[in-house]
Amino acid sequence: MTSVVPVSILMTLIAASTPLLLAALGELVAEKAGVLNLGVEGMMLCGAVAGFAVAFSTGSTGFGLVAAMFAGIAAAMIFAVLALSLMANQVATGLALTIFGIGASSLIGAGFVGRTVTRLQPVFPAALSEHPVLRVIFGHDILVYLSLVLVAGVSYFLRRTRPGLILRAVGENDASAHAIGYPVIAIRYAAIAFGGALAGLGGAYFSLALTPMWADRLTAGRGWIALALVVFSAWKPGRLLLGAYLFGAVMTLELQAKAAGVTWLAPEVLAMAPYLATIAVLTMMSLGRKTGRLDAPACLGKPFSAS
Amino acid sequence: MLEWRRRREPSALMLGLSPLIAIGLTMLTGMIVFSAMGYDGFHAVGSIFLTPFLEPQRWADIGVKGAPLIMIALGLAIGFRANVWNIGAEGQYIMGAIAGTGVALATYDMTGWWILPAMMLAGILGGMAWAAIPAFLRVKLQVSEILTSLMLTYVAVQLLYFLVRGPWKDPDGFNFPQTRMFTADQALPTVLEGSLVHLGIPVALVLAVIAWLLMEKTTAGYAIKVVGLAPAAARHGGFSAARTTWATLLISGALAGLAGLFEAAGPFGQLTPQFPVGYGFTAIIVAFLGRLNPLGIVFGGIVLAVTYVGGEIAQSTVRLPQAATGMFQAMLLFMLLATDVLVRWRIVWRRRVA
Repeated sequence: MTSVVPVSILMTLIAASTPLLLAALGELVAEKAGVLNLGVEGMMLCGAVAGFAVAFSTGSTGFGLVAAMFAGIAAAMIFAVLALSLMANQVATGLALTIFGIGASSLIGAGFVGRTVTRLQPVFPAALSEHPVLRVIFGHDILVYLSLVLVAGVSYFLRRTRPGLILRAVGENDASAHAIGYPVIAIRYAAIAFGGALAGLGGAYFSLALTPMWADRLTAGRGWIALALVVFSAWKPGRLLLGAYLFGAVMTLELQAKAAGVTWLAPEVLAMAPYLATIAVLTMMSLGRKTGRLDAPACLGKPFSAS
Repeated sequence: MLEWRRRREPSALMLGLSPLIAIGLTMLTGMIVFSAMGYDGFHAVGSIFLTPFLEPQRWADIGVKGAPLIMIALGLAIGFRANVWNIGAEGQYIMGAIAGTGVALATYDMTGWWILPAMMLAGILGGMAWAAIPAFLRVKLQVSEILTSLMLTYVAVQLLYFLVRGPWKDPDGFNFPQTRMFTADQALPTVLEGSLVHLGIPVALVLAVIAWLLMEKTTAGYAIKVVGLAPAAARHGGFSAARTTWATLLISGALAGLAGLFEAAGPFGQLTPQFPVGYGFTAIIVAFLGRLNPLGIVFGGIVLAVTYVGGEIAQSTVRLPQAATGMFQAMLLFMLLATDVLVRWRIVWRRRVA
């Protein structure tokens, strides 16, 4: 049964990567439209708690996922109104959204601490999803497949479709896009909403798939890692997929070391690994090119007003 | 129809008024939200915002909670002014406490007046060292200090866990993950006999005045503001953005580190896994509520400290969960950012031209 060990490692890796991939992909679209939403962690927590609360109350994981998506969108809309309509500083507003998400999720979740829900189930029949080897391909839940489809979809949308081109134009040069007659603000609202929906789903992946038991702040900073992944990906969905799976691997280090019986390295040191890896990766990205933000959309983080 | 008009100059009136409007709106929204959640919203908001003022025995608590918030926010605000977004103050706060505790553990069987100052120095250096990492990466490699400073917070938290569970665990502590209690020479003295009011509170107020003098009365403060507002002009004027980044991050690291040491040597009296309490993040709200002005920050620190103390009161009076405080504080920041629009814009009523 030696082949089973790598299979189970791969399974954990894919599961750990999926919420990162979802949240980062949503943020990538928002950033492509020129919006820097630092509230990913907050939107994920809103999604995580809404998903859990609804799944717990209705007994349906599916309803939970839908609720998580809408919670993510609702949280994103608070950001959008402040950052787009009221032209508040995007960095500050994003931070506010994260602080809000931490507070709201722990307030709503206070009654659920320690409660459990049914874990998100694999899509394919047991013959495939529980096969010792084939489960690497067929053993996942809906969100794993959805995240992969979305990577391809977003990549196609941004590169090959007219709306995708317009969205990029809004992110690269909002003034010109406005002059041609594109609704800059409306497009940015839509991009932020998309980012919120995916962050919400990513958050729900923690509470409904990874650890189907409510705990305070269960995303543990993954939203911030998702933000770093967007930088790592140079705003390209394909590279985002690679980055998310690399980070999934780093994040499962702790589990793998435990499974392999590693005792000489403290678990706390292993728990630092994803955060240190993020810093290392951001540093290497910067070493790789002369100017820091060469690939970033030109209008990223800048407020826009038509008048 | 209603229309936004950009003001030619930011409104000084609104600059001062908008935090008060934001507080009012937060109280109103809080009442609605808490009522919708099935709590007595009116009394909840009353407990959070008013009771702490009305009960003199709570004033010391406000000071104890407010001092670290003010100290950390002072540093953050100086950075924010220069467009340096240190959001990892929580990590610098933890590292300050760790460094200071290191000195405390090393001097455990010694006595002397110099021990506490040595701990304070270690706290300052610990916070500075942790802030120096994002400063270096930002200046040399253009890596976003937002992400690095934040990532380092998670690293600091894990380092704290490692130390209190491992090498620094109190040998006489019944295997609890915590360090020894600090000795009399290591504990922060109180300045009011028989109260909780410790040395950190007057220090925070003095630091606020020094920060105000620095920002308003010195060339260095002026340079920081110019770098933040007009980077190109700053370059022409010979103000170095790199030096500003270093200076603002080191200052805010030092202040957060000192706040961490004060908290460890004061209210905590030791290091435990409960030490990271989020002051580093709440201080961001304090900085904005204080309009990034050191004297305003004293006001902001008091308001946020009141919400902590009031949050505890609301727990007992209307059974509002402790977590509500966090959401309330975040709502305050949202409202503040929203009302900020009034500083730069005014609303005018204009009849639509047919």
